[in-house]
Amino acid sequence: MTLLAVVTVAIIRQRNLFGVVILSSIYSFLMASLLIVLDAVDVAMTEASVGAGISTVVLLATLHLVRAREIRPVGPRPMALLITAGTGALLVWGTVVLPPFGSPDAAIHKHVAPRYLADTVRETGVPNAVTSVLADYRGFDTLGETTVIFTAGIGVMLLLRGVRRRGREDRDRSAS
Amino acid sequence: MRLLSTLAEHYNYVVTIFLMMAGLYVVIARGNLVKKLVGLSIFQTSVYLLYIEPGKIVGGTAPIIDPAFTLYSNPLPHVLILTAIVVGVATLALGLALAVRINESYGTVEEDEILQEDRET
Amino acid sequence: MSLDLILRIATKLILPFIVLFALYVQFHGEFGPGGGFQAGVIAAATVVLVAITFGLRAAHRIAPQAVVERMIPLGVLIYAGTGFAGLLAGHNYLDYSVLSHDAVHGHELGIFLVEAGVLVTVTGTMTAIFYAFAERGR
Repeated sequence: MTLLAVVTVAIIRQRNLFGVVILSSIYSFLMASLLIVLDAVDVAMTEASVGAGISTVVLLATLHLVRAREIRPVGPRPMALLITAGTGALLVWGTVVLPPFGSPDAAIHKHVAPRYLADTVRETGVPNAVTSVLADYRGFDTLGETTVIFTAGIGVMLLLRGVRRRGREDRDRSAS
Repeated sequence: MRLLSTLAEHYNYVVTIFLMMAGLYVVIARGNLVKKLVGLSIFQTSVYLLYIEPGKIVGGTAPIIDPAFTLYSNPLPHVLILTAIVVGVATLALGLALAVRINESYGTVEEDEILQEDRET
Repeated sequence: MSLDLILRIATKLILPFIVLFALYVQFHGEFGPGGGFQAGVIAAATVVLVAITFGLRAAHRIAPQAVVERMIPLGVLIYAGTGFAGLLAGHNYLDYSVLSHDAVHGHELGIFLVEAGVLVTVTGTMTAIFYAFAERGR
């Protein structure tokens, strides 16, 4: 986890945009390994394929289209640092009341989760509790999610397909 | 001393919140649109961590029912975060498509140059 | 022998295994980690790999734009249609118990169909997003 923090600081300080994309891909892979340690195997597979795969591909395609290499140096903004430090302190103060990491008596293990774990093989015949909850017990949410993916695909196609209209600079140049 | 021991127990939450704040800082304080979107995705992934960490039970295993194991980690956060990851990549793709169009219109993806051009016209 | 050649041969060898892996993740998602989303992204990665190694025209040959465009809503239709099957039989929307002769098999069939719908939509969308970004640069 400390490695993740180090990579993140590197992303912030890195000015070359290509380096930022590669570092974010490394970040996704580290996140996927951390998720496996946390027993979230489905999530780890999705994060690895989506974060380190599609995300990186789309970011690289954008860099190629935008043609930016370096970004201008910006000094550390004290106001932004203050805001983030204050919010961070508030959040840390809020999470110290959570039960310590990995305790089996935490409140979230009491209500619905034991029922799902106990009944999934009996009612659906599918041993993977995550798949059965995703597709059966909480099927409406997955329907909404599929619609969101559909909308994103349509949106990107609307934005980026079709005739490439000339930008403002080209218009000014051709007008003068 | 109590504060230190509590922080040590909750060390992973502290690091998660640090990641979250780092992502927020990138969104607020950096002017390049593509870098802002990368910061947004860092913020989103740290929120996934924040949701999944309480679900882990020490000594448990992945929530796939198998006769050899009895203690499983909580599957509910996994389901929610699976949805969140895919929605996150959809947002990233749309945001980058918008950045490409902005670049074609204004010739740059730096925020202050865009605002300056808007003020001039 | 240019470096290009090694890359092309290696890609040609590995492509069927990637597709096979995507199908494996999809169908084995009920017994191990996996499911529609992961399989869809892996299948889209096949097209991306072809486009990177052999050029966009080769990618269009194996996954034409029209097919990809129609895949996106088709998956949502499969998903919503499975829900309607429950409605037509007189029960609730997305009620899987009525899809087969008994409730457990009905649930299994429902989950299978729904995950297939998700696979089709995710593959179509990721490929369409890649095509949109790649075509803009030409």
